[in-house]
Amino acid sequence: MPPLAPPNLAALLGAANPSAEAGLRGAGGFVAYRDIAEGTSLGGRRDELAGRSVLLAVASQLASARLLLELDGIAARVMIVPPDFSADQMTAAALQANVDVIVHDDRTPELGLDAMRVGVMPLHEAEPCQSATRSTEWVLPTSGTTGAPKLVAHLLSGLLGAVRPRASDEAQPVWSTFYDIRRYGGMQIFLRAATSGVTLVVTEPDEPLADHVARMAEAGVTHLSGTPSHWRRLLMSPHAKRISPRYVRLSGEIADRAILDSLKAAYPQAAVIHAYASTEAGVGFEVTDGQEGFPASYLDGVGEVEMRVIDGSLRLRSSRVARRYIGRDDLAVSDTEGFVDTDDMVEQHGDRFYFLGRRAGIINVGGLKVHPEEVEQVINQHEAVRMSLVKARRSPITGDLIVADVVLKSTAENQQAQVFREEILANCRARLDRHKAPVMINFVPTLDLQASGKLKRRHA
Amino acid sequence: MSVRLTVTSIVKEVAAEQNKPLADLNDNLGLAESGLDSLCFAIIVARLEDKLGVDPFSAAEEVYFPVTFGDLVALYENAATRAA
Repeated sequence: MPPLAPPNLAALLGAANPSAEAGLRGAGGFVAYRDIAEGTSLGGRRDELAGRSVLLAVASQLASARLLLELDGIAARVMIVPPDFSADQMTAAALQANVDVIVHDDRTPELGLDAMRVGVMPLHEAEPCQSATRSTEWVLPTSGTTGAPKLVAHLLSGLLGAVRPRASDEAQPVWSTFYDIRRYGGMQIFLRAATSGVTLVVTEPDEPLADHVARMAEAGVTHLSGTPSHWRRLLMSPHAKRISPRYVRLSGEIADRAILDSLKAAYPQAAVIHAYASTEAGVGFEVTDGQEGFPASYLDGVGEVEMRVIDGSLRLRSSRVARRYIGRDDLAVSDTEGFVDTDDMVEQHGDRFYFLGRRAGIINVGGLKVHPEEVEQVINQHEAVRMSLVKARRSPITGDLIVADVVLKSTAENQQAQVFREEILANCRARLDRHKAPVMINFVPTLDLQASGKLKRRHA
Repeated sequence: MSVRLTVTSIVKEVAAEQNKPLADLNDNLGLAESGLDSLCFAIIVARLEDKLGVDPFSAAEEVYFPVTFGDLVALYENAATRAA
């Protein structure tokens, strides 16, 4: 007897029995899950996509969500590209993933690929697909900014590894995320919402924060996720007060004490949780005690996830790890034992591990290593600081020096800024080795974020 | 402010920030005996570049590494003159 096919995403949504009011809320309006379950966005061409390698190239996040719900179990592979991908990047990803169907809308650029094109259509009623029994490969690009992104393949079962069904006595949440659902961090939130049939409020690329927050407030958002940089941007805006989530989730960057404390102060009724996940390693763990870093006891195992620290970097093994890289047979996602090297460097102090930063971001000051993130965490401890970016300045003497761009919570006059500068530097010198303290601090009005919601670094 | 005064004030400023006891600055003082280490020099060079707009250590022509404080001042005076 052949093994039973795992349930596809639409089946899981159906099993969650969503209410008529539950669905996806985007800038373009509201779509009920029930209408998605009983309809198609492919205008009668769904059967042509069976067993194909499909590039999901529609601009709208809401349409992407509908299509993911429809295509899981039907397509052999769905190549998911984030909305900031250029036509060249889309083409490169499509070639690498052997795409033979492009699902597009009127904003999809011309890609010059030899592939069938299927336009996304408004939802209309259709019979549920009876043959959606494939284990569709979900392919996501890595979020690094240097070099070509790698394409990472997951199966739905692995993506859902950290998703637990909602307890029956638990109040129905309303989810939102600052991430795009076409990135791993946002995908997790989409899958949580869809498999439990609860409303998800999504944002569109380049949408003003105020509009997203207004939609969240209207929908009564209870659960909200984003990177620490996303959250800092929210706290810097006057709109933060318009919502009162009871579950605040950070991931994708180091959650330092300053942002955890700021969020607890801004949302005293909320549980503030930071999660560790990566596109390759999947969801690793959550930290629920409100403190930075994670307990050393996690190395004994967290649920089904096994953790190791070797040469200072965190390694994870679980069923949530990506299956493989697509189109790169020369690269392995994990080592021979199945552990993924996350390239995130950690250090143990007492019974806790703390994140130092990315391996590739290390700055070399006269032969001594500095992680920009560990310096930023100290700068951010100053009560006037909202966020900071530490970077290298070339030096003919030591190779590099440490300098920092700092965003204050509110603008300061020259004299006040000079006092802050002295205080920040004094704190850095007190808490960090000499070579790690910035030699210059520039106050800047904002710091750029990547489309992934992480701080834009030269070597991210 | 003259180049000499600028160099002197930044050297003193960096030594104080870095908690390095600084010897009396005179033209014959050997930099190796000044109390400043290479991190201090790196910071001094960066600050002087911002202040004077020149970095003689990264200039295209060959640089004679200054041995005394007088050499250091002369290096910046020459670079500033060339840049002017």
